[in-house]
Amino acid sequence: MVSNGSELIGLTAHEGQDLLSSGDVSSVELTEAILARVDEVEPRLNSYITVTRELALSAARDADAARAAGEAGGPLSGVPVMVKDNMSTQGVPTTAGSRILLGYTPPYDAHVVEQLRSGGAVIIGKGNLDEFAMGSSTEHSAFDATRNPWDTDRVPGGSSGGPAAGVAASECFISLGSDTGGSIRQPAALCGIVGMKPTYGLVSRYGLIAFGSSLDQIGPFTRDVRDAADALSVISGHDRRDSTSIDMPGQDFPSALSGDISGMRLGVPREYLVDGMEVGVKAAFEKSLETLEGLGATLEEVSLPLTNQALAVYYIIAPSEASANLARYDGFKYGNAVNDVPTAWDVMNQTREQGFGPEVKRRILIGAYTLSAGYYDAYYKKAQQVRTLIIREFAETFEKFDALVTPTSPTVAFKSGEKMDDPVAMYLSDVCTIPVNIAGLPAISVPGGMSEDLPVGLQFIGPQMGDGTVLRVAHAYEQATEWHKFKPAL
Amino acid sequence: MACGLRNGPVLSEETTTPELTTDEVRHIAALTRLGLSDDEVEMMRGQLSSILRVFESLQQVDTEGVEPTGHTTEVRTVLRDDAPRESLGRDGILKNAPDSEAGYVRVRPILG
Repeated sequence: MVSNGSELIGLTAHEGQDLLSSGDVSSVELTEAILARVDEVEPRLNSYITVTRELALSAARDADAARAAGEAGGPLSGVPVMVKDNMSTQGVPTTAGSRILLGYTPPYDAHVVEQLRSGGAVIIGKGNLDEFAMGSSTEHSAFDATRNPWDTDRVPGGSSGGPAAGVAASECFISLGSDTGGSIRQPAALCGIVGMKPTYGLVSRYGLIAFGSSLDQIGPFTRDVRDAADALSVISGHDRRDSTSIDMPGQDFPSALSGDISGMRLGVPREYLVDGMEVGVKAAFEKSLETLEGLGATLEEVSLPLTNQALAVYYIIAPSEASANLARYDGFKYGNAVNDVPTAWDVMNQTREQGFGPEVKRRILIGAYTLSAGYYDAYYKKAQQVRTLIIREFAETFEKFDALVTPTSPTVAFKSGEKMDDPVAMYLSDVCTIPVNIAGLPAISVPGGMSEDLPVGLQFIGPQMGDGTVLRVAHAYEQATEWHKFKPAL
Repeated sequence: MACGLRNGPVLSEETTTPELTTDEVRHIAALTRLGLSDDEVEMMRGQLSSILRVFESLQQVDTEGVEPTGHTTEVRTVLRDDAPRESLGRDGILKNAPDSEAGYVRVRPILG
């Protein structure tokens, strides 16, 4: 019998689910324990933009009633979760971390939110992010920065810093983030938890506020790989409202966790060990490679030379798509408008000037520039051609390997403010995660060591639709190590 | 895993990309209907110029005859059945508009 709130909140979702199933705890009790934790740590962390306390308790009562009535619940039934605040929630304000959406309340739910609700999950609230998911530190939020639970003078990574810090600090059991160039995996690494970016098209983007539409993908943050597999089963699947949603039957991801990776061929791409990688990160990575060999996997160094071009490709394609996607914020249809000006053109200019923060403005301008007449061929078209070559390079590599293993981030969590005045330095923190989005591949970051008392992430990359494979190898690694059991003192 | 090659994005010290001018920044800002203060124009001019320098390395890649990729998954036209279905209610949508009247979104004058 578990009754102590502080013990409850540190459990994985599947451990919590076991207690719910056995009747040892109710969803209302779990939710109250989580809400108490939120009250305790939010003044120091700021993981949430909005906490929906009453809605959460009501959803918890519904989950308990359904269980009492004998209805079969899914793995997240009755489990408290957080959703990044760029996913639409009917009746609950959705900001995308921007002043320009102040006052906006979506009239519909995102596909993933529908999946959570129909699966009985208890949504605690909306997680903080860099404005429109553009950033690597969650310092570009219009609603103040989120801080890292391991050291509140440091960033949690980004852009999904709120959802990552929330799981690491036990302010929810599971959260959903979005990953355009690393925005799930990099904060998972910096906060010492599991973060997965599925194959592009596996999870519907319907209701996700668009950033870079050919790169954006939703995925889970969890405390172990088993929870990631469960969460992915809940949120994935075909949805007609996203024309890039992959039309195939739902997959049973938990069944991929066999624990056995003997004979698996793992490639170690040398280009990911970038110059400037911290010594402690590299040492942890090399130790992880030994662990994987000990589990019977075959490791071999491999070269993917175009990795070195991925950052340039990304910072053309993502801002180009963003400049088009963000054209909709004109001050007419929704959000926070400057309306007391003479003409509609003034409304647009001033709404956007006052509503967008500096990083969003930078990306709109870069995107418009690389798409503009005279520069389109040299920048946008060239980037799309190199994208084709990067996809081919990965495809050829996956003829020889089942998965690739790399560090997730070249550094541990950096100090707040350290990179705010140097956009290129900030962009470099995603150098190991960006290639995956360019090629639409699945990848996962799991806790893979400690350096200077801060967590280090280990990334596994699979071929398209190889989500089960990356879960399998990540799970085997996790079960052979203790890193996922390390928790911030906070 | 020692290796002699330099790893990471190629950020050259010497650049062939000219700095953006203030007028160019103002021009792009006008294209995107983005008001910018004079200070912002100057800040963006410097920062955008250093971001553009990151893109120089792409010119080293031979892309002769390579098709550009817009989407990583197979893109095909998705059709739906031509059947009526419930759509979002007008009230919920108009409630979000900064200004509305008689079931319409109202905007400031476009001409004039």
